[in-house]
Amino acid sequence: MIEIKDIYKSFSGNEVLKGISGLFQEGVTNLIIGGSGSGKTTLLKCMVGLHQPDSGSVLYDGRDFTPMSYEERIDVRKEIGMLFQGSALFDSMTVEENIMFPLNMFTTQTRSEKLDRVNFCLERVNLEGKNKLFPSELSGGMKKRVGIARAIAMNPKYLFCDEPNSGLDPKTSIVIDELIKELTEEYKTTTIVVTHDMNSVMGIGDYILFLHEGKKFWEGSNKEIAHTDIQELNDFVFASRFMKAAKDKF
Amino acid sequence: MNFTNFGRYILLLKSVFRRPEKLKIYLKEIAKQMDYVGVGSLGLIAIISTFIGAVMTLQIAFQLVSDFIPKTIIGSVNRDSSILELSPTISAIVLAGKIGSAISSEIGSMRVTEQIDALEIMGINAPGYLILPKIISGITMVPMLVIISMFLSITGGYIGGSISGAVTPAEYIQGITTDFNPYTITVALVKAFVFGFIITSVPAYEGFYVKGGALEVSLASTRAVVISCISILVCDYLVTQLLL
Repeated sequence: MIEIKDIYKSFSGNEVLKGISGLFQEGVTNLIIGGSGSGKTTLLKCMVGLHQPDSGSVLYDGRDFTPMSYEERIDVRKEIGMLFQGSALFDSMTVEENIMFPLNMFTTQTRSEKLDRVNFCLERVNLEGKNKLFPSELSGGMKKRVGIARAIAMNPKYLFCDEPNSGLDPKTSIVIDELIKELTEEYKTTTIVVTHDMNSVMGIGDYILFLHEGKKFWEGSNKEIAHTDIQELNDFVFASRFMKAAKDKF
Repeated sequence: MNFTNFGRYILLLKSVFRRPEKLKIYLKEIAKQMDYVGVGSLGLIAIISTFIGAVMTLQIAFQLVSDFIPKTIIGSVNRDSSILELSPTISAIVLAGKIGSAISSEIGSMRVTEQIDALEIMGINAPGYLILPKIISGITMVPMLVIISMFLSITGGYIGGSISGAVTPAEYIQGITTDFNPYTITVALVKAFVFGFIITSVPAYEGFYVKGGALEVSLASTRAVVISCISILVCDYLVTQLLL
């Protein structure tokens, strides 16, 4: 479980996050949604420590992450897996080496044990046998799946996904969404997905936190989102003609 | 580099020298970087040093017009110039262009594609993992390259003098063996050590704090080479002033 309390963050006087709070439970898919520039990626980066919030706290199962020293943070970070928007695979390494990298750094497993874990993770994301390929040889969807495989290699308690569907076709997006949901339920991870993809919102959003201009405007589930009377949220959710037409069916 | 940048550079170096997470992986990375910096630059350094030595001999011979000055001086001047200045400084400036730009581009690309963020999230000390092996390879391989460069520069002088007839082989050898002060080698190696540190750490700093995309990476790479070259020249003066 991750709890954020009253997070504020500004860059050069421009306030990006204005007192965001929320509770992200384990075993469910938590979504942070909002339009471009609403502060969702900044919030995610504050949560994982890539940005230091100006004030507020991030609690990982009660452990306050924000005031921790570099050394203390490492222990929490070993429990975090993250899928980046651009996958962030290491170019100079093969798929196998990418997934094995955190295992090499932090475990004392033998090579065959690590290889077994790599193969298990690849199998889990339906990429069996792709061990020796380099990131440049993979499609966008495959890169995302390798990114997920690397993120789950260390059995993380907390899984963060930054726009996992960006740049993917609708079919591959659904595959990635379902994979994230399956892994969350299977391993009981606290999963937080930053997205503005409405298919993801409707498909896997167990808990949704809607940000608008750096503030929390709404929180609830995908079943509730279609029935709110908040103008900003409705403008965001039903922006497309398709969603407008489908509104009555929700 | 203004004071803010210099402060950030020092703070980055502090992170670089944190205890490695796993020594074995760092050693593997160091070996890889040594191969790139040392073996990968050997051909370029060899060609440049040999030609500079040869040209030096011809130019010294051209300027020695007095019959009262023995031709053995050509060898002596070539030797001392090569050891004290040309081999360490020219090699460092060439390496700043070759290795410095590569380091800055590599780390800068990793920054803009979030690979450095990925390392941080995993709990890995990104400055240590990415920069420490490069600095260690720089401070070990650049002095080795400079030693090779000294040898080839003096040999180049011999070849150039012999082919052109500017100095006979016997006079040249007599020149390079007369009044040799081994301390000059120490000075050159101190310079090489300092230059090796500069041409790896400065570009690494420039790459590590890149913001933006491909354009910013290329600008950082250019800035890295310029700052490295200026730093080399300033440190060259300071080390010479201190040690000679």
